Amino acid sequence: MTVMMTAAERAASKDNLIGFTMPITALLGAILGVLAGKAVGLGLPIGVLTGAVVGAVFAFVLARYFPRKLGRWFAVLTLGLVGFLTGSFGGFVAGAIAGAAIGWCAYWLFTGEYRKGVPPYATTGQVLWHNGFRLICGLIFFFLIAPILTVIPLSFNAQDFFTFTPEMLALDPAGYSLKHYEDFLTNSDWLRPLKNSLIIAPFATMISVSLGTLAAIGLSQSHVPFRQAIMAIMISPMIVPLIISATGMFFFYSQMGLWMESTFGISQSLSGYIKVILAHAALGIPFVIITVTATLVGFDQSLTRAAANMGANPTTTFFRVQMPLILPGVISGGLFAFITSFDEVVVVLFVGAAAQKTLPWQMFTGLREQISPTILAVATILVVISIGLLTTVELLRRRSERLRGMSPG
Amino acid sequence: MKLTKTLLATSYLTLTATMAVSDGHMASEMTIVSWGGAYTASQQAAYHDPYMENTGIAIINDDSSSEGIAKMRAMNEAGNITWDLVDLEAADAIRACDEGLALEIDHDADLAAAPDGTSASEDFGDMIVSECFIPQIVFSTTFGYRTDMLADGAVAPKGACDVFDLETYPGRRGLNRQPIANMEWALLCDGVAYEDVYDILETEQGQEQAFAMLDTIKSETIWWSSAAESIQLLADGEVFMASSYNGRLFAAIVEQDQPFGMAWNWQMFDLDGWVVPAGLSEERLARTMDFLNFATDTQRLADQAKYISYGPARASSAPLVGKHATLGIDMAPHMPTDPNNAENTFVNNYEWWADYRDDLDAKFQAWLAQ
Repeated sequence: MTVMMTAAERAASKDNLIGFTMPITALLGAILGVLAGKAVGLGLPIGVLTGAVVGAVFAFVLARYFPRKLGRWFAVLTLGLVGFLTGSFGGFVAGAIAGAAIGWCAYWLFTGEYRKGVPPYATTGQVLWHNGFRLICGLIFFFLIAPILTVIPLSFNAQDFFTFTPEMLALDPAGYSLKHYEDFLTNSDWLRPLKNSLIIAPFATMISVSLGTLAAIGLSQSHVPFRQAIMAIMISPMIVPLIISATGMFFFYSQMGLWMESTFGISQSLSGYIKVILAHAALGIPFVIITVTATLVGFDQSLTRAAANMGANPTTTFFRVQMPLILPGVISGGLFAFITSFDEVVVVLFVGAAAQKTLPWQMFTGLREQISPTILAVATILVVISIGLLTTVELLRRRSERLRGMSPG
Repeated sequence: MKLTKTLLATSYLTLTATMAVSDGHMASEMTIVSWGGAYTASQQAAYHDPYMENTGIAIINDDSSSEGIAKMRAMNEAGNITWDLVDLEAADAIRACDEGLALEIDHDADLAAAPDGTSASEDFGDMIVSECFIPQIVFSTTFGYRTDMLADGAVAPKGACDVFDLETYPGRRGLNRQPIANMEWALLCDGVAYEDVYDILETEQGQEQAFAMLDTIKSETIWWSSAAESIQLLADGEVFMASSYNGRLFAAIVEQDQPFGMAWNWQMFDLDGWVVPAGLSEERLARTMDFLNFATDTQRLADQAKYISYGPARASSAPLVGKHATLGIDMAPHMPTDPNNAENTFVNNYEWWADYRDDLDAKFQAWLAQ
């Protein structure tokens, strides 16, 4: 919503312009100036000073002489041009972004839009807190997401190092390449771990989901003795440091593997898969128990009694009545179990052999021994897949709720 | 519900089928442990790939040599050996042999003779430092520096002692997070004569002298723990100069066009080679020995030098070293043994280190933490 001002109001707010809009925009300019100064190679004081002056001047000129839309474009283009003169295309993009930020900030402050979210009677402190809170939220979001986003452009690096090259920063197409993606899709050192991960994670998930769901249902019955103690033991793999579980599992599963090989005559690699799958299932079970237990709190136990009253045996009751209602909990538990197995590196390093090398294992040794950006290409692909997976599950859940006449969300 | 069940059943069947198929392959697989990166790539090209083509046996690489000894101990204790062949440095190979983790082999009976009929033990000569050790290459730990970070007019660094010269070469340094080589360099650059280094390092005062010398650059040093890290530090320009393995530096300079120079003075020679883990089943042992015979013959070792600038351990391979496989440049000037590079060198005394390593490791880590 644009706040329109008459000429009189605009003149009246001259104090507002000099005493309020200009200093704050100058502050933003100073922060951007630090970054720009660093990129260009000027010292810190020069960057801060130039940024502050640019911010103040823009605030003044935009607010006094330009209507909103035109002014913002003016800021974007002017600073973009300055950026272009110092650093070609990359500089243009950086300058344009800085211009957009300064232009937005100047009008946001000058037109009083910053007060939009709070009631008119709010004090200065309340307005400050309201916007400060939004800033903190933005920063939290930024720190959560920035490391992931840094990985994505680096994965298109034309060099074999984790380095933003000057060509990349100038957005020169020669600095980018898809060769790390090609490496991932053609190199058997990566394809085999991918296959292993896709074998191990689904099996481990199936085992964790079935056992975890049953355990959660059992533990939610009021007549089970020592419920708390059993629960504590069941979720201990989540609490005990992974390296300790892994050391114990190494010796336990080594013996078990030898026993399986000698008793059933299965090959070392098959027993290796079984060992890793079982170990990962044990790690995934606590997640399923916790999510399913949480869902069962909202489950009306009288429904099972009603089903029994109508002649359904416990198995039918479970599949026809209880399961559909707790399905969201089961699915999210299953997702956690899947991701636990898919992301896990410590236990598989101990329990598995090189024939069971999973993607995280390959990424881990790759990081230590090679530092090849192929790791970043894989990471990018995994991020995209995870986003796709979570979106699909959420859409399916909403659809099923809609079909059952419940409100989404 | 029905759809879900069908989906589940289908995916289960597919996965079982995949596993069954992959299981069929695994009967003829072997796991070979090495260092990863450019080094494993050179092994892959020189002997893994030809061997897989000849025999149909699949070779799985496990880049775990840096924790080779620890893992071999754990496997041995658990009685579950999953490795078929392990690449180790000479000092580690001696330790593995002493602890009974590696199999003693008969070099003449198990390895191929040179083309002119010289026996394997004579061809390898002094490089056979342990009954369990089958040498592959001579490598050196030396220095790389950023040519573009050199101050105007400064002379390019020549070697180890320039690391300690903060005045001429300001900026950060990258060094390996372990006592080997660093302690010797510290003494050599503090004026100790080459012959006396290990004698002095045996004494408390000698060790203190070395740490005091290292103290002078401690604040400017970034410690790396894998060779890849040292190259990454240089590539990022985070350090001005760093110690690394000469083959990795070569790969970065020649294959990746990085602006690095080499500083060879007081490079440290070391050996790298195979050990066969003790406790393999007969069938697996036979397969491993067959591979070993192929992979360490004269031609294969010479082939490896086409991909990475490490010197082949067999005397008979040296004349066969030629040009780089893809770039066509002469490999000889990049070898650590080339006379231009080998003005001042020292040989890592692996036997001395096998005795003093645990003690000095502890002292070094304590010094780092100070």
